[in-house]
Amino acid sequence: MALVDYLPIAIMFALALVFAVVSLLLSRLIAPHDPTPEKLEPYECGIVPLQDPVQRFPVRFYLVAMLFVIFDIEIVFLFAWAVQFEALGWPGTIAVGVFTLLLVETLVYAWRRGALDWNIPHRERYRRVVAPEIEEAA
Amino acid sequence: MTGFVERVFDNVWLAALVKVVAVFALLLVVVILLVWIERKLVADMQNRLGPMRAGPFGVLQTLADGLKLLLKESVIPRKAELGVYMAAPIMALIPAFLIFLVIPIGEPVTVGGTTITLQGMDLNVGVLYLLAMSSLAVYAIVFAGWASGSKYPLLGGVRATAQMISYEAAMGLALVPVVLFASHRLGGEVPLIGTMSLSQIVELQQGAFRGFVPGWFVFWLAPSFIIFMIAAVAEANRAPFDLVEAETELVGGFHTEYSGFRFALFFLAEYLNMFNLSAIAVTLFFGGWLGPTWPEVLPGWISALLPIVWFLAKTFVLLFVFIWLRATLPRLRYDQLMNLGWKRLIPASLAWLVLFTVVTAWRAWGAPWSS
Repeated sequence: MALVDYLPIAIMFALALVFAVVSLLLSRLIAPHDPTPEKLEPYECGIVPLQDPVQRFPVRFYLVAMLFVIFDIEIVFLFAWAVQFEALGWPGTIAVGVFTLLLVETLVYAWRRGALDWNIPHRERYRRVVAPEIEEAA
Repeated sequence: MTGFVERVFDNVWLAALVKVVAVFALLLVVVILLVWIERKLVADMQNRLGPMRAGPFGVLQTLADGLKLLLKESVIPRKAELGVYMAAPIMALIPAFLIFLVIPIGEPVTVGGTTITLQGMDLNVGVLYLLAMSSLAVYAIVFAGWASGSKYPLLGGVRATAQMISYEAAMGLALVPVVLFASHRLGGEVPLIGTMSLSQIVELQQGAFRGFVPGWFVFWLAPSFIIFMIAAVAEANRAPFDLVEAETELVGGFHTEYSGFRFALFFLAEYLNMFNLSAIAVTLFFGGWLGPTWPEVLPGWISALLPIVWFLAKTFVLLFVFIWLRATLPRLRYDQLMNLGWKRLIPASLAWLVLFTVVTAWRAWGAPWSS
């Protein structure tokens, strides 16, 4: 494919950008603009906010992001094989099978260690299964 | 007239411009209708009338809402990070418009000597493009949540990110068998070549068995379709997976601090995404624009238009499913959502991929030890 075949992306990008910016500017021109100190406070259901938004959130979200990176990269490799499935035959299929097996192992490991658990009862499981292991190792 | 069309479509720039403007207009019209249809359907399911005042049966309600939002004040909270805060709604909108470019909406039309494909562009990496563009939507939500400088948007944004990336993995895995099957189908004719081009995937679904069952991929890949559809509902942040904007706990989620037309842009992007995901499902699993056109019976221009009608009809059936789910199911709890994504959908899609691959390979080449 020539570079010019990707032209619609650039045009659509520009068109959507212009649409958004022009409508926001238009709104700025015709809508009222009357900021008061109360209006500019962060939303807190009507009461005065006492503290800044939380700057820390559970580490689980970070774990999910890390696992996602692993899986997403795996999927991209799978597409490269799937599109040539017919050409690669059994050898390619078996090679990808080994690759997938390693990733399934990752998932099983993360699952066993409780990285995919979100509910409080599962903390019980952590205390029961994982913590003794760590203690034993130490 | 014919000469004019030929001259326009001979010029690469003009052809691209015409197609992009057509796609843009189609998307805007569809979204305006879709919001109205959703409100009407949900109202029917809840035994109310829904919008009735603006236009006949309230069909102009969405336009009226848009106009109202244009006239409303756009409050920028004091603690917002100004640049990121202002960019986020635009970043939500642009990928939503970009995705639809690769989807073929009708049979190629021949005017005079020029064949015009009814598709923004026919990328040879169409499926990857879909995945890439749908993952860009996450950034807008992260930035909106973080830049608002308020606790509800921040929590909503963090939740949304974890949810969308989790279901994106399942969605990507569900699409691998589609590409594999397309490669397998092509293999007989053109060895060594597979395809990720959406127009080719649609053409591969032509034909019928036993004369009446269409050759849609969904009949071979039903588990893929089911996983894709569940992941699509989660990707679009729709009920029952709308934890991103769970009113009872997070007010409006990531767009709590957005008002006026900035909110309207988020709203537009959400409905565009819903339409895009339905259109993707139709293209990959339900034969896209394929359908009977009866060229012998009907006048030429009706048969030429019918593929577009088929495409839109199939898409709206899937959109009806989206709306139906919203009216029927209660929202999940967050741990249920993550469990469903990681412990059910991802293992299920991996298992289906392995099963489908082994069966397809076995049928194509016999046992691995015999070759």
